[in-house]
Amino acid sequence: MIGALWNTLQTAPDQGGGDPLFVFGLNWGVVLIVAVKVLVAFGVLLVATALMIWFERKVISDMQSRVGPNRAGPWGLLQTLADGTKLIFKEDLLPDRADIFVFKLAPYLSVIPAVLIFAVVPVGGTITLGTHTFELQVSDPPMGILFVLAMSGIAVYGVMLAGWSSGSKYPLLGSVRASAQVISYEAALGMSVVTVVLVSRSLSTRAIVAAQSNGFWHWNLIRLGFFPFIFFMIAITAELTRPPFDLTEAEQELVGGFHTEYSSIRFGLFFLAEFMNTITMSAVVVTLFFGGPNGPIPHAIPGATIYMPIVYFILKTVAFCFIYVWFRAALPRLRYDQLMDLGWKRLIPLTLAWLLMVASVLTWRWWGLVMLPVVVVSAVLLFRANHLGSGRSEEDAIIPVVGRRVTGAPRLTPVDAPHGGDA
Amino acid sequence: MLHTTLLLASTRPALPDILVFAASAAVILVGAVGVVTSRNPVHAALSLVMTLFGVAVLFIEQEADFLAAVQIIVYAGAIVVLFLFVIMFLGVDRSEDVEVEPLGGQRPLAYILLGITLAGILAMAATSHWVTGAHQVVGPIQGHITASSSSPSGEVAQLGKQLFTTYLFAFEATAALLVIAVVGAVVLARRPPVPQDSESERAEGKLSS
Repeated sequence: MIGALWNTLQTAPDQGGGDPLFVFGLNWGVVLIVAVKVLVAFGVLLVATALMIWFERKVISDMQSRVGPNRAGPWGLLQTLADGTKLIFKEDLLPDRADIFVFKLAPYLSVIPAVLIFAVVPVGGTITLGTHTFELQVSDPPMGILFVLAMSGIAVYGVMLAGWSSGSKYPLLGSVRASAQVISYEAALGMSVVTVVLVSRSLSTRAIVAAQSNGFWHWNLIRLGFFPFIFFMIAITAELTRPPFDLTEAEQELVGGFHTEYSSIRFGLFFLAEFMNTITMSAVVVTLFFGGPNGPIPHAIPGATIYMPIVYFILKTVAFCFIYVWFRAALPRLRYDQLMDLGWKRLIPLTLAWLLMVASVLTWRWWGLVMLPVVVVSAVLLFRANHLGSGRSEEDAIIPVVGRRVTGAPRLTPVDAPHGGDA
Repeated sequence: MLHTTLLLASTRPALPDILVFAASAAVILVGAVGVVTSRNPVHAALSLVMTLFGVAVLFIEQEADFLAAVQIIVYAGAIVVLFLFVIMFLGVDRSEDVEVEPLGGQRPLAYILLGITLAGILAMAATSHWVTGAHQVVGPIQGHITASSSSPSGEVAQLGKQLFTTYLFAFEATAALLVIAVVGAVVLARRPPVPQDSESERAEGKLSS
């Protein structure tokens, strides 16, 4: 069995030569196909987002023993449409102290990366139409998965600038939290993606999917030993600032977070971007760890090779959308220091350790397990260092601490305290 | 794929190449001018992002996809975000007062240096290939590009191999430099050990009671 697992690591994957559509150069047919692909992907993504909002509200209502939206359309399906219409016709407010240009720009900076990520996700196999063969994927660049990382890094601009340009305190606090959080989790996210790239030997999303074909035991979820998937899920949830990591819009502390000052369709765009990101990131998880559109194809049914991959892809993606909603219903929000501890002290060392293990096993086969003691020893050292660091008071510090640490329960300072309670 | 880049000097570029180049050049220039002219630091940082995106598009146009992705991830996604973070945190997001010069005579010096740089660029453009500044770009560069680099992931493999063999020392030196910078930042940012927070108060309370 172990030998079989080893063989799954050794499969020679498709090197991702790009979309076969461009093999014969550009002509009007090619341009038309690309335009249709872009339009269809955009339309489907918008409809899917509307459905996702309805889905999330319905599922969360069910988990909380409520009914949820049930007025507009059958089962409240058209509720999102009604909400969208309301948002468009609402009065558009511009705060007095806002930086007008950036304030208007920020919602678009949020939406555009969310749309663009979907462009590199392989949705199905290839189709031949006349003389043109093309992939069911808007674009298949050689650095596909890096494009996803780049866009998820860019997405922070929308939140950050929205908070800053509003010219008031709560949005600014929300956006500072958001940018720190996203930057912190990007490292862990990147390193768990690198493990996938190592076994797939390509950065192209289609090649990553092709490397996972021929049965579910070839999925990166199993080939990489489950942990990179768990790390990726945690990091991506934090990156999306979805619950339980939604400190950027913690209602109890920050009113609405970065979008407090927004109303009308500008607020609607933030809302749209958030749910669109949930869908696209579910699709990315499916691509990286669950074989994307791969699945058993019944050849008896005509045309099954074309639509069955799409069906598998949609089913897997919906499953992950459901998991995100489940997270939201089940998990309480983290405190900010817990969030940073999880990101820096646990997730980054763990992903680094797993990356070392995967790389050494790929290089030296079973001799690669000599990396295990190295990882264990460094983990023990790190744990010890953390433990020593957290228990240390200011008096016995070698260098004075940066900032101020609040240890233990907050103390009530008497009003006539000699040094004045400025803490 | 590869030969289109290599033969760029000798053949006329195709129409899509020219369009992409013109569009991204316009984006780069508008962004660069914006960085210099905008009074508000946040607007300047945003213009910088615009320039970085334009350069990334140019990289893709030259089929250096990996470089383009790294450019966006590292520069636009991390470094400028940190700039903005600092600008927002320190509250320097107001228009700078440009009337007071902290450094005397810097403006004439800047004009002189600008003149020298411009003259250098023009001289190079006049005597060599105008895009890269190299005297010729036909043929492989120092034999590093092999047949395997024509496959998409070959580019990354080549880069990694070079980084960990030929340029290992530079790579390690950069890593050491970054660690030193981080330690230096922590040392510079630490507070002077003045008793001002709750822990020292608690110690005093213990003494007095």
